[in-house]
Amino acid sequence: MTIHASWYLTLGAVLFTIGAVGLLVRRNVLVMFMCIELMLNAANLTFVTFARELNDTGGQVAVFFVLVVAAAEVVVGLGVIVAIFRRRVGATADDVHMLKG
Amino acid sequence: MSIHPAVLAATIPDSITFAIAAAISVIGALGVVLSRNPVHSALMLVMTLFGVAVLFVEENAQFLAAVQVIVYAGAIVVLFLFVIMLLGVDRREVTERDPLRGQRAVALLLGILGLVEVILLAGGKWPTGAHSAAGAINVTGRSNVALLGDAVFTTYLLPFEITSALLVIAVIGAVVLARRPRQAGDREQPQIGGGDIITADVLGPDSLIRPEIEEATGSSDVHEELDKSSFERSDP
Repeated sequence: MTIHASWYLTLGAVLFTIGAVGLLVRRNVLVMFMCIELMLNAANLTFVTFARELNDTGGQVAVFFVLVVAAAEVVVGLGVIVAIFRRRVGATADDVHMLKG
Repeated sequence: MSIHPAVLAATIPDSITFAIAAAISVIGALGVVLSRNPVHSALMLVMTLFGVAVLFVEENAQFLAAVQVIVYAGAIVVLFLFVIMLLGVDRREVTERDPLRGQRAVALLLGILGLVEVILLAGGKWPTGAHSAAGAINVTGRSNVALLGDAVFTTYLLPFEITSALLVIAVIGAVVLARRPRQAGDREQPQIGGGDIITADVLGPDSLIRPEIEEATGSSDVHEELDKSSFERSDP
């Protein structure tokens, strides 16, 4: 008998929590971005777990699309980061406050 | 809360694989958050991605495991490393200033609360209801790739096509963002390849090369030769 789905869901929850706390705690933009990837991966794990548990292809197709969107998001996000931080000394997220009214 | 017996019933190889992959994933995730050096964070992210890929295989999602390694570990993390190197590895992270007071403490508290809640919910209550139109994923005699391909190219054909538009938009966005904004005096500035020649023309051939050579050698024949050779070299 295979591992029960609860374990996978718990692991997904742990990974998601680590990613979310890291996103809130860290100040380096790139590390914050990596934490977003971590959270996406946790969600992917949950999707695959439910696809297996409910015997449904939809979960795996959702992961497929999440991968595509994550790739596009990383490309655009890193482009923005490079454009903003090319002329700055640090890599701290709170330095970017010129959009503040 | 009592654990249902089905939760603990698993074969030993499955349990060992899951335990190792889960430990690798969690250690990698903690490494992403806790490393001071962003390069180490990126490498720890690779570790987590591999752990999750192993779990995908364990859950009969072989195609997604392969794509996970190729796209995430192969492309996205390499992109991250490129950007880290481009911006400079040794950038300092300012942590003394806290724009939102107590954000870290509240973040940790929220994280622990959410974790406890989700773990309580994962105790064995399952969603029920009708299946999606895509059909079953565990069919004897058909591979995971075939089933997934069938679903993507029939049921989910329209989202798949929209995905291509999304990728094109992302590429255009990246190009627009990476382009240097054109400034007023851009056209008068020399091209990158022609910089040396213009400098030599303005300053004259003597100004840059000769004094050092004259000091070093003291003879005029040598620098005639050197001048010739340097012109030959710069001439394509």
